[in-house]
Amino acid sequence: MIRFAGWVKSRPVLVRAVAVASLACGLASSSVVAAHEGEAYPSAGNDIHNMASLQRGARNFMSYCSGCHSAQYVRYNRIGADLGISDDDLRATLIQDPDTKVAETIRSALPKEDAKRWFGNAPPDLSLIARSRGADYISAFLKGFYLDPSRPNGVNNLVLKGAAMPHVLASLQGVQTAEFKMVPVAMADGSTVKQPEFEKFVLTTKGSMTPEQYDEFVRDTVNFLVYMGEPIQAKRESLGIWVILFLLVFTALAYGTKKEYWKDVK
Amino acid sequence: MANTDKTQAPPSGGLYGWICARFPLDSLVRDHLSEYYAPKNFNVWYYFGALAIVVLMIQLLTGIFLTMNYKPSAQEAFSSVEYIMRDVQWGWLIRYMHSTGASAFFIVVYLHMFRALMYGSYRAPRELLWILGMVIYLALMAEAFMGYLLPWGNMSFWGAQVIVNLFSTIPVVGDSLVEWIRGDYYISDITLNRFFALHVIALPLILVFLVVAHILALHEVGSNNPDGIEIKKLKNEKGIPLDGIAFHPYYTVKDTFGLGVFLIVFCGIVFFAPTVGGLFLEAPNFDPANPMQTPPHIAPVWYFTPFYAMLRAVPSFAGTQVWGVIVMFSAIALLFFLPWLDKSPVKSIRYKGPITKFMLGVFAVSFVVLAVCGMKPPQGIYPLLARIFTVTYFLFFLLMPWYSRIDSTKTVPSRVTYNVDEH
Repeated sequence: MIRFAGWVKSRPVLVRAVAVASLACGLASSSVVAAHEGEAYPSAGNDIHNMASLQRGARNFMSYCSGCHSAQYVRYNRIGADLGISDDDLRATLIQDPDTKVAETIRSALPKEDAKRWFGNAPPDLSLIARSRGADYISAFLKGFYLDPSRPNGVNNLVLKGAAMPHVLASLQGVQTAEFKMVPVAMADGSTVKQPEFEKFVLTTKGSMTPEQYDEFVRDTVNFLVYMGEPIQAKRESLGIWVILFLLVFTALAYGTKKEYWKDVK
Repeated sequence: MANTDKTQAPPSGGLYGWICARFPLDSLVRDHLSEYYAPKNFNVWYYFGALAIVVLMIQLLTGIFLTMNYKPSAQEAFSSVEYIMRDVQWGWLIRYMHSTGASAFFIVVYLHMFRALMYGSYRAPRELLWILGMVIYLALMAEAFMGYLLPWGNMSFWGAQVIVNLFSTIPVVGDSLVEWIRGDYYISDITLNRFFALHVIALPLILVFLVVAHILALHEVGSNNPDGIEIKKLKNEKGIPLDGIAFHPYYTVKDTFGLGVFLIVFCGIVFFAPTVGGLFLEAPNFDPANPMQTPPHIAPVWYFTPFYAMLRAVPSFAGTQVWGVIVMFSAIALLFFLPWLDKSPVKSIRYKGPITKFMLGVFAVSFVVLAVCGMKPPQGIYPLLARIFTVTYFLFFLLMPWYSRIDSTKTVPSRVTYNVDEH
């Protein structure tokens, strides 16, 4: 079971969850960039090579996110080209506004001014959200809404305390409450103060999805957000293999040449 | 060797001859390549000078192409970078090469500098060579700092804010100085524009000029080597050092191999882990600059963190924080004096005694630990570690006149150590 301890008592900041790159070169396979304040979110478990998951994620995004969130750097036909969706299918399934052309970027239907008035915060653009926050963070965020009558929209979020976003996915996930227990925390001056620590979520109202279906929904959606953050990623990696193979041959030949020349050096 | 046989007739005839009759191409090639004699005992540490030139080339070339699509304005900068990443043909590759190149530059330069520390390459007659190198390092830091603002991400903005504000701690003139640097009351479009100008024109010009000067100085005095032996002392009847080999072809083919290994690592990062888990490209920098929202933890990119850790390690005193700034700049300034701090009768660590070896180890450990401390929030063990290793970093330099004099040394042979099987 994953411990959520620490999330609640730490600052409700936009913490990034960074995957530590394990580099074959051993250059920087360090843990120096682990999440800022010791938090580690459960893995989002997404896979950008899973086309079906990305397509489902695109559909989820357009149905549930794009009403309020834009993705101003992402073009529909780029999604189409990368995820194998024809222009006609884009128009039929993803693009909701008939006046929007396939080469346009994803804009939200919600005017910024209205959003500010209604929610206090304009919903952020999601083009790069997976790059700035990390897939695991977003996954935990989308699963982290719980009932909190003290909040204006009735819900709070375990990951982003006091989030302005309402639980728009409640119809799918259902409604959950969060249970906290009081634990003593050592303060800097040596005294201990009791602070709430998250224990578990309890689903009080069922949604249209089972918990497993909702997990998959979140996984696909996060997968699509990761794709949107860097559409070239899959191609970059497949191209990289050829580049490295070429360089290995080049380096081997260079090594042989060096050996040959240096035979003279006694 | 710079003063090779100028009487050797340049080739006549052909295009090459035509050029040589009008331009000293032939003597340039001979002085700096085919008849520049470098010690034959270079080890792996001697790849990084040539690699630094390669990275400089990568940065210049990719920088030109980035400039073609980048918009240096607060309104458009962030979007134009995403435009490069998504819509410009191969833009993502050019951008990742440039961002990886920035870190790669510091990696090779740090290793290049550590090589000089180990083998005493800063000692007479190479003091000016070392100082030119240090000026390159300063220019490189300025270049990297200004370049980091250009993507106009939130870490760009706040990083620049923090670093520029360092100057405000200077008594009396601090605040006006900061205003002068920014050209505004905060980091703004105006700051972005001038940083762009300095990043793409002024500093690259200075860097290229300094690199040329660095190489000219090197070829004047000749390369040092892992034994710290002056190979010019023993020459054959033609005036060629006995332990010297022509830079071309011997070191050009060897450096080509080194280039291959470097490119495998470089492309490994570019194609498989361009952010290096937030180390080369920081996650908050994928949010556009937002003066209203501070990132949870502001840290400069890794190559500045040793100095950033020192800055934070020094407490404010007498109502001012200028002491941390002084310590941070002194940490770099001390490097300039290295040729005169080292009183050892020998150059290379191979022939120096245990105290010097220990102190060099202390220096290397201090630098790495400080780098880690500078990346972490100042909590837990890190502030204490930063203070301890700031002190040890300085002790390496400040005690050097003493320990380099009293430390035991081994006898330096007259010829370099060269084992055919190892090469």
